[in-house]
Amino acid sequence: MSAAAAAPAVIRVQGLVTRLGGRVLHDHIDLEVFQSEVLGVVGGSGSGKSVLLRSIIGLQQPTAGTIEVLGQNIADLDGDELVRMQIRWGVLFQDGALFGDQTVAENVQIPLREHTDVPQQLMDEVASVKLSMVGLPPDAAGKYPAELSGGMRKRAGLARALALDPELLFLDEPTAGLDPISAAQFDELVRDLQRSLRLTVFMVTHDIDTLRATTDRIAVLVDSRITIGTIASLRDDPNPWIHEYFAGVRGRAALAT
Amino acid sequence: MVTVARPATAADAAWYSIERQGDTLRLVVGGFWIISEARRLDPGLRALDAAGAARVEIDCGALGRLDTVGAWLLLRTKRILEHRGLVVQPVNVRSEYRALVHTIDTECRAPAVELPPRHRFTAHLERLGRGLSHALHQGYELVGFFGLIVSETIATVVQPRRLRVAALVHQMEETGLNALPIVGLLSFLIGVVVAYQGADQLRQFGAEVFTVNLLGVGILRELGGLMAAIIVAGRSGSAFTAQIGTMKVSEELDAIQVSGLNTVEVLVLPRLLGIMLTLPLLTFYSNAMGLIGGAVMCYFDLHITIPVFLHQLRSAVVGWTFWVGLIKAPVFAFIIALVGCHQGFKVERNASSVGRHTTQAVVESIFLVIVADAAFSISFSRLGI
Repeated sequence: MSAAAAAPAVIRVQGLVTRLGGRVLHDHIDLEVFQSEVLGVVGGSGSGKSVLLRSIIGLQQPTAGTIEVLGQNIADLDGDELVRMQIRWGVLFQDGALFGDQTVAENVQIPLREHTDVPQQLMDEVASVKLSMVGLPPDAAGKYPAELSGGMRKRAGLARALALDPELLFLDEPTAGLDPISAAQFDELVRDLQRSLRLTVFMVTHDIDTLRATTDRIAVLVDSRITIGTIASLRDDPNPWIHEYFAGVRGRAALAT
Repeated sequence: MVTVARPATAADAAWYSIERQGDTLRLVVGGFWIISEARRLDPGLRALDAAGAARVEIDCGALGRLDTVGAWLLLRTKRILEHRGLVVQPVNVRSEYRALVHTIDTECRAPAVELPPRHRFTAHLERLGRGLSHALHQGYELVGFFGLIVSETIATVVQPRRLRVAALVHQMEETGLNALPIVGLLSFLIGVVVAYQGADQLRQFGAEVFTVNLLGVGILRELGGLMAAIIVAGRSGSAFTAQIGTMKVSEELDAIQVSGLNTVEVLVLPRLLGIMLTLPLLTFYSNAMGLIGGAVMCYFDLHITIPVFLHQLRSAVVGWTFWVGLIKAPVFAFIIALVGCHQGFKVERNASSVGRHTTQAVVESIFLVIVADAAFSISFSRLGI
C-alpha cells in the first residue's frame, strides 16, 4: 500500500453524494485510486457499487461532490474534451455490452475506426492482437456475440475496452455469471494485462476470490460510506457486514487457500 | 530504401532509419511508437527492403513511448524478416515495456483468420434465398400455431371452465376500451378526408349529394373496419408479442409450464377471445365516427344538413353493406392475435429479439389483414353482396 500511496491519484472522488429515488446511496464518499493499482469495490446488492462506477465514468450525475479522473473534473468536461477523456479509459460492462449486429473483430475495431486513422489492414491485425491478448481463439474474430459463451463475451468486451490502450480500466462485475474455472482464468488475465499494459483498474465485484487474486486495495461500500483497506485489515473491521464478508464462511474458505 | 524520418516539427513523432554494416542491417527506431503514428509507419515497415542482409538488429534505444500497436509493428517487422529467412535479434525495449512486448510476442502466435471474401452478386442471391425460405418457414410455423390455437379453443368451448374470465375482461379493456380515443379520432379524420376528396370530384358533375353514398359505402364496407383492424394490430398485436416475448426472456413462460399450466390457455386464449369480441365493437364504433366526420364535412363544405344526409345515407346503405364490414372484423381479430402471440413465442432469450419480433408482428399482421380484406372483397363481389 505504501508504494501505491506514493503514486499520483488517477481517480479522486471527494464528498460524493448520490440520491436515487429518495434513497441515499452514497453519503459523502471520498475515494482515491492510484496509478497502476487494482482497486476492488465490494458491497451488498443495491449498495451502489455500480452507480459509483457509472458516476466516475460520467453516466450518472452525482447529487453533490466532485469526481476527478486523470486530473480533470468529469462534470466540467463536454464535447471534445469528454471524448478525449473517454479515449483514455476503457469500460467492461457486466455482460460485455458487445454490439449484437457486428462481429467480435468489428466490435474491437469500433473505437479504432472512430478515433484513429489506422489503415484497415493494420486495424484487422490490431484487432486480432487484442483478441489473442485477452485469450480468445483466432476463429472468434468472425463470430457474432450471440455465438459466444458468457466468458468469451466478457473477454471480447475486454478486448474492445483495451482497443485504444487506455490508461484506466473499469470492470463491472467481471466474473459474475462465470464458472469458477473461467472466473479464475479471467482474474489471471486481468492481472497479466494490468502488469503488461500498466493499467490502473477500478473493479466492482462480488467475488471474494477475484478480490484476493487481483486487487491491491479494497473499498467496501456499506451503509452509504466507504471503508478502504486490504483483505487482512478488513477482516478485523468492527463493521458487522465487513467482518461477515471477509471473515464469514465463504470469506474464510476463499482466503484460506 | 524506405524510411520514415522524424518530422522537424514534432519532437515525439515516431521515426525509423536503416543502417547497413556488412551483412547486418540495423533498424533504428525512435520517438513515440503509438497508435496515432501507426498510419505513417505501417506501409514502409510492411515493405521493408532487406536485400543483401543476413542478420537484422532492431535498435530501440531511442524509443520514447510504446503502446500495443507500436509493439505489434515492431514484432510484425521482426516476423516478416524472419519469414524471409533472416536472423533477427530479439526486440529489446526498455524494462517498462518488456512485459508488453513479451505478452504480444507469446500470445499472438496464431495466424490471423482470413474471412472469406464475399461476392456482391452471390451475396444478394443468398439474401434473397434466405428471405424466401424464411418467409416460407414463417408461413409453415404459423399454420402449425393456427392448428394449436384452434384445438385449444375447441377444448375450451367443450370445457368452458378452462376459460380465464378475469384475464379475458382485462384483455377486452386493454384492446377495446383503451383503443376508443385513437380509433375514434382517426376514423373521424378519415371520414372528413373521404368526404372532402369525394365532394371535390363529384362537384364537377353537380353530383355533390352522392358524396354521402361514397361515404356510406366506403366507410361501412371497407375503411371503418380496416382502420380499426390496423390500429388494433399496431396497438395490441405488438403488445401481445412484447408481453409474451418479455415473459420468455425472463423465463416466466418456463415457470408457467413447470407449474402445470398451459401457456396457450393462460396467455393466448384470453387475448384471442378478447380481441375477437372487441374488434367488431370497435369496427362499429369506427364506422359511426367515420360517418360523423363525413357528415360534419358535408355540412360545412356542401351545406348538406343532417336530415338530408341521413336520408341520403339510408338510400345508399342497402342490403348487406353494413354487415359486410362487420363480418370481417372477427377474422381480422383472429389474424392479429394469431400473429401477435406466435411472434411472442418465437422471441429468443435476449432483449433485442423482443424488439425484432414486435416489429415483425406488426408488419405481418397488417399485411395479412389487408390480404384477407382483398380476399373478402373478391368473394363478396362474386357472391353479389
